[in-house]
Amino acid sequence: MLAAIEVVKRYAGPAGQVTALAGASLTIEAGELVIVRGPSGSGKTTLLLACGGLLAPDAGRVLVDGQDLYRMTPNERAAFRARTIGVIFQQYHLVPYLTVRENIMAAALAVPDARAGDRARELAARFGLGDREGHVPAALSTGERQRAALARAFLNRPRILLADEPTGNLDAGNAETVLSALGEFARGGGAVLLVTHDPRAAPYGARTVAMEAGSIGTPA
Amino acid sequence: MRILGLVLREIRFRRLSFALGVLSVAVAVGCLAAELAHLGRYGAARQAQIDAKIDATEAAMRRLEDDYRVITKRMGFNVQIFPRGQSLAELHAAGHGTVFMPEERAETLARSRAVSVQHILPVLQQKTAWPERERTVILIGTRAEIPRGEGAAKQPVLDPVPAGAAVLGWCLHRDFGIARGDRIAFRGREFTVAACHEERGTADDISLWVNLAEAQEMLGLPGKISAILALSCQCEGAAIEGIRAEIAAILPDTQVIEYAFQAEARREARTRAARARSDAVGGEESFAEESRRTWEEFAAALVPVVAAACFVWIGVLALLNVRERRSEIGILRALGLHARDILAIFLARAGLVGAAGALLGYAGGIAALRAASPDGVPFFSAGIFAAAMLGAPALAMVVSWLPALMAARQDPAAVLREE
Ligand SMILES: Nc1ncnc2c1ncn2[C@@H]1O[C@H](COP(=O)(O)OP(=O)(O)OP(=O)(O)O)[C@@H](O)[C@H]1O
Ligand SMILES: [Mg+2]
Repeated sequence: MLAAIEVVKRYAGPAGQVTALAGASLTIEAGELVIVRGPSGSGKTTLLLACGGLLAPDAGRVLVDGQDLYRMTPNERAAFRARTIGVIFQQYHLVPYLTVRENIMAAALAVPDARAGDRARELAARFGLGDREGHVPAALSTGERQRAALARAFLNRPRILLADEPTGNLDAGNAETVLSALGEFARGGGAVLLVTHDPRAAPYGARTVAMEAGSIGTPA
Repeated sequence: MRILGLVLREIRFRRLSFALGVLSVAVAVGCLAAELAHLGRYGAARQAQIDAKIDATEAAMRRLEDDYRVITKRMGFNVQIFPRGQSLAELHAAGHGTVFMPEERAETLARSRAVSVQHILPVLQQKTAWPERERTVILIGTRAEIPRGEGAAKQPVLDPVPAGAAVLGWCLHRDFGIARGDRIAFRGREFTVAACHEERGTADDISLWVNLAEAQEMLGLPGKISAILALSCQCEGAAIEGIRAEIAAILPDTQVIEYAFQAEARREARTRAARARSDAVGGEESFAEESRRTWEEFAAALVPVVAAACFVWIGVLALLNVRERRSEIGILRALGLHARDILAIFLARAGLVGAAGALLGYAGGIAALRAASPDGVPFFSAGIFAAAMLGAPALAMVVSWLPALMAARQDPAAVLREE
């Protein structure tokens, strides 16, 4: 369902070029939850962004159901992403002036849906944000922000979820809720790319791959 | 929640930032509106002052011209009446009349109802020798003015020369050392010098005045005169043509000549008055034109400077807002929003800031001007208001458009990374 093929990404910085991805390849089938692990700076986030259609690689291709994301125009890619892919960012990236509920519903801006409001409330309750719905991100704890970002990724019923350290700031109970939600999503036929160091994630993963210096290694 | 909802939520959330944006636009628009309104009013007031000054000058000069006309009219038309047969060529060549008419002509004129003639003086004038002194003189015989009908109480304009008296022109008494009261012999007769004239620079300086009857006898022209002087016609609306016509009706065998120097003086006085008026008004007008041009140049230079400063200021604010919100653009783009939706969000906000600022600024600027002006005259100008209401939002939108579009075109991750 999701295939990253020989993806190369270099960042140009003031201190010279940094090769974040050096021909990384990864395939995730529908119903599969793949855990990506690796040291800090090995390119995990970069790979996730490239797979999400958010960062054009310098070489290689990213295919979703056989469609090359980066052969679409930016607007086509955005529309495709809105319907197909949910992204949970490492930094959450919530809209600061929207409440939790509005942030979750913001995903529906690109895919208008009359039932988005109801679903946003359901998702908020499901991730333990029922009494936080009216708060803006600044008034939330880090864990609450993380869960709000997760709920937003679920809103449009995507077929692919890309999650970057979604349990990084969560206690055992909340981490459990989040991981089981991702596992359930995969069991329901979704494809999940989960970047995490969290050992609690292992039981939910069909497969764990290791990243090292921009390349996917053998299954760990 | 749609795009507009997003815009309104952002504004509510960042109230202060929005208020500052509106305030800044308001200050810019207010200053510009106040400047324009002030310039316009000040310009109009100056124009009115200048117009008033031109009117005043025109009126003053017209009065002066009228005064001149009245004064020159009071000078009267002093005319000489000659026999019709008098050739002007001979008259001027000889310096006096060469053809004569009966003295009664003067009586006829005096008895007539001619209104344009007041003082009537018959004269006999002839160039003749003064054998006793071996000189050629102009002998002028005059008599007392002939009184006119009932309204004849006028002051005589010339003193008559009594019989046995003589009046000498300047050259004559100077050259021969004659003084008033001396007795002189002229063509065998004895005369007492009654008066010696000052220098006049005319033929008067070689003239000798005696009583008319004595002159007629000496020249062998009894009962004859060469001209009638008719003086001081002060009639309203008198013109030389009217006087000629009137005299021609009474004395058909005569011709009327106005003293040339006097006619010229009158004409010149009037021409000068008219020229002075047109010079003064013209000078005032060209000064007005000059000062209006200076004023317009000043306003034309000032308005673009202030307007440009306002535009740059509004533009910088709009630009800063977009820069500050790049990560939001990344988020919304990551959530799948079309680039044009992103633009709509930013343009809507810029438009709102511009419109609210323009409204507030225009109202504030006008209110401030009105409060500051003593007469409370309205400063409102629909044109400037419309320009502000369209210009400020349009400018803010144009300036927001490019950076928002550029952020929307980039990879969302690239924009997000900047946070
Ligand atoms: N915008 C950027 N400009 C320059 N270098 C970058 C940029 N983003 C990432 N990098 C570099 O690319 C490499 C990979 O970064 P990436 O964020 O993908 O690592 P990561 O595996 O997600 O690390 P972590 O576990 O700390 O999140 C790093 O060396 C990082 O310094
Ligand atoms: Mg990372």
